[in-house]
Amino acid sequence: MSKIFKLKFIPFLILILFLLFLPFIFTSSFVLTLLCKMGVLIIFSVAYNMLLGQTGLLSFGHAIYFGLAGYASIHFLGAINNNYIPSLPLIFLPFIGAIVGLFLGIIIGYLSTKRLGTAFAMISLGFCELVTALTLIFVVFFNGEDGIQADRVTGNELLGLTYGPQSEVYYLILFWCIITVLVMYLLTKTPFGRMCNAVRDNQQRAEFVGYNVRKIRWLAFSLSATFAGAAGSLHAINYEHIGFESVSLVQSGMVLFMAYIGGIGNFLGPILGAISLTYLDTMLSDITEAWVLYYGIIFVLVIAFAPQGLSGIIIMHEPIIRNNPSLMQKLLIPYSLLLGSILLTTIGFTSIIELLHSLNSGHQTLKVYWIKINNNNILIWSAFFLISISGIFLIRKSYVFVKEKWTEVIEEIKLSLVK
Amino acid sequence: MSLEVLVFILFNGLLYGMFLFMLSSGLTLIFGMMGILNFAHASFFMIGAYLGYQISIYSNFWLALIFSPIIVGLMGGMIEKYGLRNIHKYGHIAELLFTFGLFYIIEELVQLIWGKSPVPYKVPEFLNFPLLEISGMSYPAYSMFRLVLSLLIFLAIYRILAKTKTGLIIKASLTNPNMVAALGHNVPRVFSQVFGFGCALAGLAGVLAGNVIGTEPAMALLLGPIVFVVVVTGGLGSIKGALVASIIIGMMQTTAVSLEFNLNNLINYFGFTVDVSSLLNHFTNLTISQLSPIVPYILLIIVLIARPRGLFGKRDV
Repeated sequence: MSKIFKLKFIPFLILILFLLFLPFIFTSSFVLTLLCKMGVLIIFSVAYNMLLGQTGLLSFGHAIYFGLAGYASIHFLGAINNNYIPSLPLIFLPFIGAIVGLFLGIIIGYLSTKRLGTAFAMISLGFCELVTALTLIFVVFFNGEDGIQADRVTGNELLGLTYGPQSEVYYLILFWCIITVLVMYLLTKTPFGRMCNAVRDNQQRAEFVGYNVRKIRWLAFSLSATFAGAAGSLHAINYEHIGFESVSLVQSGMVLFMAYIGGIGNFLGPILGAISLTYLDTMLSDITEAWVLYYGIIFVLVIAFAPQGLSGIIIMHEPIIRNNPSLMQKLLIPYSLLLGSILLTTIGFTSIIELLHSLNSGHQTLKVYWIKINNNNILIWSAFFLISISGIFLIRKSYVFVKEKWTEVIEEIKLSLVK
Repeated sequence: MSLEVLVFILFNGLLYGMFLFMLSSGLTLIFGMMGILNFAHASFFMIGAYLGYQISIYSNFWLALIFSPIIVGLMGGMIEKYGLRNIHKYGHIAELLFTFGLFYIIEELVQLIWGKSPVPYKVPEFLNFPLLEISGMSYPAYSMFRLVLSLLIFLAIYRILAKTKTGLIIKASLTNPNMVAALGHNVPRVFSQVFGFGCALAGLAGVLAGNVIGTEPAMALLLGPIVFVVVVTGGLGSIKGALVASIIIGMMQTTAVSLEFNLNNLINYFGFTVDVSSLLNHFTNLTISQLSPIVPYILLIIVLIARPRGLFGKRDV
């Protein structure tokens, strides 16, 4: 067994074991539902990143494949429920979604991969709006704004599973999540995956080498839609319901946010993005009504200041850890200063937003960070304004400090490598 | 269809088309000049409508008509200068994503300030009367006012672009920004100004239309994609194209809404019938008016695939 294999394979096995035992650690249905949602969105965002990160095509319409595969799966389940067709074990249902996704991906991909860049993005937006409008028009298939539902407990299951309890659905989603993510990872290692990167980085050169760049884009598009379809199927199984919002621009925007905030330049980025944003989504939507605003702000800040995303920031530190981990100590103080000032700004800013929000709700008191405050006290308002402004000031100062220390550390590593 | 109804539909189509033109003329300049597909353009339209409502509460409609676009324009200019300009180095896709995030932020901020339900932004009293009445169909004075104003704006933009030095610089920057910069013009500043001006036009459209179509947080989402359709169909950076495309789409939308014709009629005409209870009937009994929401998107897709430079554009999207 080679060393690299050991290094990569053993953490992976440990991770799978950990994920297998997770339902025994967290038995509450809330956590299980959250984990299931994460699993589905991990597949979806990794599939999306096949297009955005690997091939360099920005799509605003990826929810089409996710949502329509979900509709197809619910219809399939409904047909089983009504005994129109013989029962199929639930574990094979994602194949239905994948086939639907592939079919749509081949057709829509053929039309839209003729263009790239902004034109491609607009075509995908056009298709997204088109399908969303159609879901409200073809009532017989989509049932309008109510959506459709079906029962996932069909009886005929392998290994004695019924998929009634959420934990069994968790294992189903986990199984598919591991399989699909692994397949997508291996795809990036194939010549096809490399050609996708080549098409993204330098189309002319890829063309000159003798590849048909349009065919590569088309193939990447179709495969990405296939995996998105499988994710949509799992989404449908998880909720036993699907509505028009899952094909809409909102869902497409959500997966774009996940992939981008996680970092599109790295395979693990979208996974990180899906986990953290789903967690934030669930937590924040309980506490505050303005969570979409926070989403948007995080997204814009990531684009402006950290275009490589969360995973990009982590990976930036790889050369330090590989060569001289003790140098990380030097970065500790500047990092904690920066994080502290970011935290301060966040507290000030979110409090102002919550205060604004409470003005519309009609209540006079609100809870901000476990403290009850009045929204008609001018002192509180000005205090939070002061906190936010001083926070921004501190961020600017500590950012310069971090940058200084960072170049110092990198220089040191370069020197040690030269020696 | 009687002649009166036809005239009425054409009038409404023209009205809707001119509204679309005002909304999208700014974007076609921005998109053509900077290559930025501003996703948040309709959001500026929404801010314009809300500000128009707010100002007209405190003072009157005329002040709203003047100050709301100015404020929106300044906001747009600031966003270009302090936001987009820094992202320019990451390429057009990052810029597009930035405006996409901005779209979300503006929608949420508007909900935060004015609430989730529509605000009662009303047509001003002194313009709220039927100006003409042609055989039972009344034409409100406010619609006429909007129509005249949008025509004036078209003429003004056209004149500015064709006759003034600023217009010359803008047109030159549309085709060759590097050359314009080499000649000593401050192209980034021109970009900011055009961006602000485009946003101000969207804001003006908001003040004029918010009281007719309803001022609510979802209005940006509803109109955003249609604006793209106009810009792409008309051709990048072409004001004339934006006008023609707006009127075509406006006419198409208003005519389609009033056509209660479906495939069943056609099938019946040839002597066949579709069983009412059959699955096929669900598709053949859809009237054109029911299908009208998808018409602009089909147009968008077809234009982008078949003719990416649109009607009057000089280069591809």
